Amino acid sequence: MSLSAKDKEIVKAFWAKVSGRADNIGGDAVARMLTVYPQTKTYFSHWKDLSPSSAPVRKHGGMVAATITDAVNKIDDLAGSLLTLSELHAFTLRVDPANFKILAQNILVVLATMFPVDFTPEVHMALDKFLAALARALSVKYR
Amino acid sequence: MVAWTDFERATIKDIFSKIDYEVVGPAAISRFLIVYPWTQRYFAGFGNLYNAAVVMQGLEKVVKNMDNIKATFTELSTLHSEKLQVDPDNFMSCSFDCLAIVVAAQLGKDFTPEVHAAFQKFLAVVVSSLRRQYY
Repeated sequence: MSLSAKDKEIVKAFWAKVSGRADNIGGDAVARMLTVYPQTKTYFSHWKDLSPSSAPVRKHGGMVAATITDAVNKIDDLAGSLLTLSELHAFTLRVDPANFKILAQNILVVLATMFPVDFTPEVHMALDKFLAALARALSVKYR
Repeated sequence: MVAWTDFERATIKDIFSKIDYEVVGPAAISRFLIVYPWTQRYFAGFGNLYNAAVVMQGLEKVVKNMDNIKATFTELSTLHSEKLQVDPDNFMSCSFDCLAIVVAAQLGKDFTPEVHAAFQKFLAVVVSSLRRQYY
């Protein structure tokens, strides 16, 4: 299930349309993940406040969104562009990679709530594939 | 037995009262047939996708029987396992994740993280009941 040229085109076009709200998208996705999949909170015990509007949640969402924007621009070399982040997640954070799929699902739900008309099945599929490819790139250094 | 909080019960009833089954059913099914094309293998005999409203009616039965979901779904579980022979791993990852997205698109900002969490729990219980008759 690799990204076709068409998938990349769709991802770039959609992300260009929505990137103005990228920070909100990221923040809402992280907030949603912590509420809907509370087991993910175990990775954030060092934050005093895990509520949806808290500063650490919004900041982290902003970081996630910025990484996605960067990855969209480097869509032809995801493994290369995410190498450092992969090392961070593998050796320092040690996040179980199964959680990448969970965050991806929450990103897709947020996009559906914010852009119900633009988030067509074709866009949904291309983004689902792109986020899965991102997750794979993030898992590269695990073992 | 599933323990539902008052918020969860009220939220599930509210979601089902707000969505249009004739729209959401076919939209969810056609979405997952596009996003996860391998699921098309199960739908050669399904007929007109507008019959997809029956899926929503099945879910509505559950909303009316939230304290006895296992029994409500025994027949449907047997149908999916013996007659339709659907790989149960498809239930959550393909169908219900897509349904959550279609409902999210309909409800917009009303699909808050708390509402989403209640709906996700509801879908997890439905999936577990649908899996029960597989052996």
